[in-house]
Amino acid sequence: MEKLIDDLTDALLSLDRIAVQKIIASASPNISPLSFVENVVVVALDRIGKRWQEGTVSLAQIYMGGRICEQLVDEILPPAAPERKNQPKMAICTLVDHHMLGKSIVYSLLRASGFELADYGSLSVQEVVERVKEDGLKVLLISVLMLPSALQIKTVKDLLNNSNCDVKIIVGGAPFRFDKNLWREIGADCMCENASEAVAVISKVMEEIHG
Amino acid sequence: MAETMTSMQRVLTALSHQQADRLPFFLLVTMHGAKELGLSIKEYFSKAENVVEGQLRLRKKYRHDCHYTFFYAPLEIEAWGGEVLYCDDGPPNTAAPFLKSFTDIKNIEPPSRLADIPALRKVLQATTLLKERVGDTVPIIGVVKSPFSLPVMQMGFERYIELMYEQPDLFARLMRVNEEFCVDWANAQLAAGATAICYFDPVSSPTIISKEMYLKTGFAVAQRTLSRIKGPTATHMASGRCLPIVNELSETGTAVVGVSALEDLAELKRACKSKLTLLGNLNGIEMRLWSAAKAEEEVKKAIAEAASGGGFILSDNHGEIPWQVPDDVLLAVSEAVHRWGQYPLAWLDRQ
Ligand code: B12
Repeated sequence: MEKLIDDLTDALLSLDRIAVQKIIASASPNISPLSFVENVVVVALDRIGKRWQEGTVSLAQIYMGGRICEQLVDEILPPAAPERKNQPKMAICTLVDHHMLGKSIVYSLLRASGFELADYGSLSVQEVVERVKEDGLKVLLISVLMLPSALQIKTVKDLLNNSNCDVKIIVGGAPFRFDKNLWREIGADCMCENASEAVAVISKVMEEIHG
Repeated sequence: MAETMTSMQRVLTALSHQQADRLPFFLLVTMHGAKELGLSIKEYFSKAENVVEGQLRLRKKYRHDCHYTFFYAPLEIEAWGGEVLYCDDGPPNTAAPFLKSFTDIKNIEPPSRLADIPALRKVLQATTLLKERVGDTVPIIGVVKSPFSLPVMQMGFERYIELMYEQPDLFARLMRVNEEFCVDWANAQLAAGATAICYFDPVSSPTIISKEMYLKTGFAVAQRTLSRIKGPTATHMASGRCLPIVNELSETGTAVVGVSALEDLAELKRACKSKLTLLGNLNGIEMRLWSAAKAEEEVKKAIAEAASGGGFILSDNHGEIPWQVPDDVLLAVSEAVHRWGQYPLAWLDRQ
């Protein structure tokens, strides 16, 4: 298993699609797709995320590697597969922010990790609140790059509270990495320093939801 | 102790890796000028005269060592026909990218006659007016986006990364076009009176691309571009990391590197010693909530880590103070530099 994780990490970082395919093929007779995703893909992506935070892996590698991984995982675990995780209803968006890269990375990595989620694109405060209510979301992921956008999450939180919406808000993006208390200040339930951290955080949130 | 140098002398001394009368500091304030003048951010940036007045008032208030003719990054995109979205409490952003597909790259040409483009003309006018006011006493720092970082705003970040990895020919063509624009734009600002050009190149940061990729791309672009800019240049990583590439940065011909709060300043100083002057690295985002005591502590810490022997200009770590940072914090930063930044750093030697 350890070897599989190492090989997958290397293949993803060198953006070697063929090597990734081979690793998946070599593992498939022995482990189920879901187990492969949970025990190999998620671990490899988590390592890559941590190495980005330490400064030894670049964002471009994460983005390109994440796309390869998402596509190949889709092949072994199709979007509607019953094996996909039993999970709360969730979606991701950017808020009054036109920068999409963070959102795309998180979306790909979550899908590559076996989750399903909706992509709302870039929304205003009012729009987010309405979508959350309409869709009955349990987890809302928000990615922002600009500080004013980060500060507006507070309004989203207040409006959702006022309408008794029981949704967990997970935030991420550059402003949160530079001010480690910002997520608390704006009333988020959690923040992630890198995209792969979202997997662990969502699992934790699920435990809380299921009591 | 009395200050004996002009801002220009102080900065030049730091750049030659010597100690001036005091540590120079660049308070890179842009939108705060609008606050001073009681204008909206959009109104403020609509006229060169506003920015000139704002810069003069801000320097009087905070006693820092430069004027900064940076309006906002998407201004360069206006020169290519792109659109800018203003906001009441933060910097303008680019609207949808104007390069809609990879093949659009085949047909673009760099904007020409830069002084006739209204957005760029404002910056050139502001530069000239400031130069008339301060002559050679205060450095005027002009800004360009590097040819290598500009495409994020031209085509969107995701498609740009894909271009870099998957379309080498189109990538090379885009770099050639952008290099022409960048060199012309930098030289126009120097001709208008800018003392030096700050070359914003955060996409070259190891935060964004690997060193291996940098050597093939951003590094080569910077070497070609900076060698054609007819004045001194500073490279800014806009709070992206740079430690793994400092040697390469100095080989691009830049004199200064703008460094991130995410890296250790003392370590950066060791790595850059005598090669590059450091510009940084106060955390602008965190600064919003600093107390006066915290501001003083942060300034002292930076001085202790990097000010000895020159080669350091204190600044924020991004090249722009966020709109949300209160004036009181900026005053406290300034006060601390004036109090603790006098050379020789006797208080530091005592410790
Ligand atoms: C490269 C860069 C640029 C480039 C490209 C910008 C772009 N994307 O369009 C250029 C030079 C053009 C630029 C310009 C500007 N920039 Co800039 N830039 C950066 C830099 C170095 C990286 C930004 C980036 O795109 N990163 C890629 C994204 C994907 O990274 P990320 O947000 O950190 O996301 C990762 C994690 O945080 C996490 N994550 C993200 N979202 C989420 C969500 C969830 C739910 C989870 C779980 C995780 C997660 O996953 C990602 C991968 O691990 C940052 C500083 C930095 N060190 O990060 C400043 C930064 C983003 N810039 C900033 C600013 C202000 C600007 C300008 C507005 C400046 C100006 N006045 O014009 C312009 C705006 C340009 C525009 N597009 O309109 C500020 C924004 C904060 C603020 N002060 O308001 C920053 C943070 C710098 C700073 N320290 O202040 N910039």
